[in-house]
Amino acid sequence: MQKLIRWWKRDYYAGALMIVLGLITAHEGSTYPIGTLNQMGPGYFPIALGVLLIFLGGLIAATATAGADSEEAALPHAEWRGWICILGGPALFILLGRTTGMLPATFACVFVAALGDRETTLKGALILASSVTVFGVILFHYLLKLPMPVLTWNGL
Amino acid sequence: MIETALTDLWYGFSVALEPHNLMWVFLGVLVGNMVGVLPGLGPVATISILLPLTFGMKPVAAILMLAGIYYGSQYGGAICSILLNLPCHPPHAVTCLDGYPMTKQGRGGVALSVTVIGSFIGASFGITEMIFLAPALVSIAMKFGPSEVCSLMLLGLLAGSTLARGSPLKGVAMTVLGLIIGIVGADIETGTPRLTFGILELYDGVEIVALALGVFGIAEFMKSINQNVKFDTKYANIKLRDMWPTRTDIKQSFFPWIRGTMIGSLCALIPGTGPTIASFVSYATEKKISRTPERFGHGAIEGVACPEASTHSSVQGDFIPTMSLGIPGDTVMALLLGALMIQGIVPGPQLISQHPDIFWGLIASFWIGNIMLVVLNVPMIGLWVKLLAVPYKYLYPSALFFVCIGVYGANNDMFQVALTLIIGVFGYILLLLGFHPAPILLGFVLGPRFEENFRRAMLISRGDIWVFVDIKNHPISTVFVGLSAFLIILQIVLWLRRAKWGIRVPQVSATPSEAEG
Repeated sequence: MQKLIRWWKRDYYAGALMIVLGLITAHEGSTYPIGTLNQMGPGYFPIALGVLLIFLGGLIAATATAGADSEEAALPHAEWRGWICILGGPALFILLGRTTGMLPATFACVFVAALGDRETTLKGALILASSVTVFGVILFHYLLKLPMPVLTWNGL
Repeated sequence: MIETALTDLWYGFSVALEPHNLMWVFLGVLVGNMVGVLPGLGPVATISILLPLTFGMKPVAAILMLAGIYYGSQYGGAICSILLNLPCHPPHAVTCLDGYPMTKQGRGGVALSVTVIGSFIGASFGITEMIFLAPALVSIAMKFGPSEVCSLMLLGLLAGSTLARGSPLKGVAMTVLGLIIGIVGADIETGTPRLTFGILELYDGVEIVALALGVFGIAEFMKSINQNVKFDTKYANIKLRDMWPTRTDIKQSFFPWIRGTMIGSLCALIPGTGPTIASFVSYATEKKISRTPERFGHGAIEGVACPEASTHSSVQGDFIPTMSLGIPGDTVMALLLGALMIQGIVPGPQLISQHPDIFWGLIASFWIGNIMLVVLNVPMIGLWVKLLAVPYKYLYPSALFFVCIGVYGANNDMFQVALTLIIGVFGYILLLLGFHPAPILLGFVLGPRFEENFRRAMLISRGDIWVFVDIKNHPISTVFVGLSAFLIILQIVLWLRRAKWGIRVPQVSATPSEAEG
């Protein structure tokens, strides 16, 4: 089931997000020397862009009711399993890559990511992870000489 | 002029035909064709994944290969559209409309061969256009001062964000966001760390691959996971002997090819209108001038020939502003420009004279690559068709590994991998809120140069902001600013009309369900 949200409401959030990002940028920018238009300091450009983004965010929210965007917005059904696995795989890659090396990191990354699909079986994920690991280690370690040990132990 | 062009082109061929370079071109078009066929993996993600691998290569080989991925994927994308009715590559979305009905009538092979021939005609013209136009543009651009460069970038950024897909306002917001992300890191002039929030790893800025793979890799996977796009491969069983077009097929396709090529090469020259718009415009044109418009949507061969020729001539023409002015027209061009910059090559009008091997070698490689693609696609069509059946559930986990190792390899830095994940989540939120994130990369790549030139222009003019519209001393800059203003006014007028009448600009729709009906 897909839940529909009214697109004009979505544009309020979109505008608000831009305003927040603009505020952060402008605020950060104001902590650096601003300078003058003649001699622009490092803060000048961030502030200008931040203010511009706030303005655009306001416009996005303000024009929301008037049909600026003709696309229908369908809020997808929350896909927690998929999302967690897609983010979890690379997260494990970072963790294991730092502590144990390329081989376990690659295997864990592909294995966990593959489990995100509802149709994938445990066996299928194992086979996929093993083959990508073999291929990846040969390609990146032996052929491309990426400076990342295959197996190591650096402690946590 | 023709003589010098031919001499330069000859030199280009001598560069591109070096065995080493030839190998990379082949690898590029092969990988490109492959990802074009695979539903769910686009050229942007592929180029970003392979970008770090090119750091150790010579600049010529790197750019030849990356460009090959781009135009190679266009050939593959057409296969996907025609045989599976999957508009997963935007420029080929319209090809579904008549390509898939042809497939259902058992004429899929003919549709493919018409596409391949049309692609080659379109690409050849696009390349010729580049040979003559790029040096001419350069001779004008060499006179540009910082203020001209600035207003040209402004025009490029505005066109890239307002003419692309989705709401123009949101497009501009994405460009500004890209400019802001481009600021992150140490300031070029004073060395002050900016927008780093005290994180030491951000002092060198955000890696272009981290941004591209976050937005076009992780975020896309999060969007597509478990969406279960079911597609039918029962018509996709095409063999070489099905591909011979009849004399009537060629006759019917000939003028559509020519018209498509012209439309595509024109679209390539207008900044911001890339292959996607070219293919939509040419389909609409072909339908309008046809004496039998009712055949369109039911397997009219013109509806395949014209948009495909225009896509390819536009794809090749896209390289003109990128290579001659240093202004990318779309995401892929922004990535290629990023690749050049990583190799220490400053993009801009001086590129052709300072690195003739890159420019002319690239042009020559286009021709070689396109011939390779014709050879790859005609006799080996059966192999590509088999690739169509690779399910997404095997594709994305492998791609995720390549994302991780690619970003890590860019700098041997795990922090950037974590940053990619964060950008990916953020990118997915942007997708949910209806933003098309493509202009982010445009802003990101152009941002630092824009700021540098803006500061310089202000220094020269002693802080006079009106220098950009000083018609007496900076007429070219004034024209660019005028065009930018025109773009903004155009959008406001369009918006007011929509708001007043409640009508929406008619669009050629090409979602699979509508194409069926």
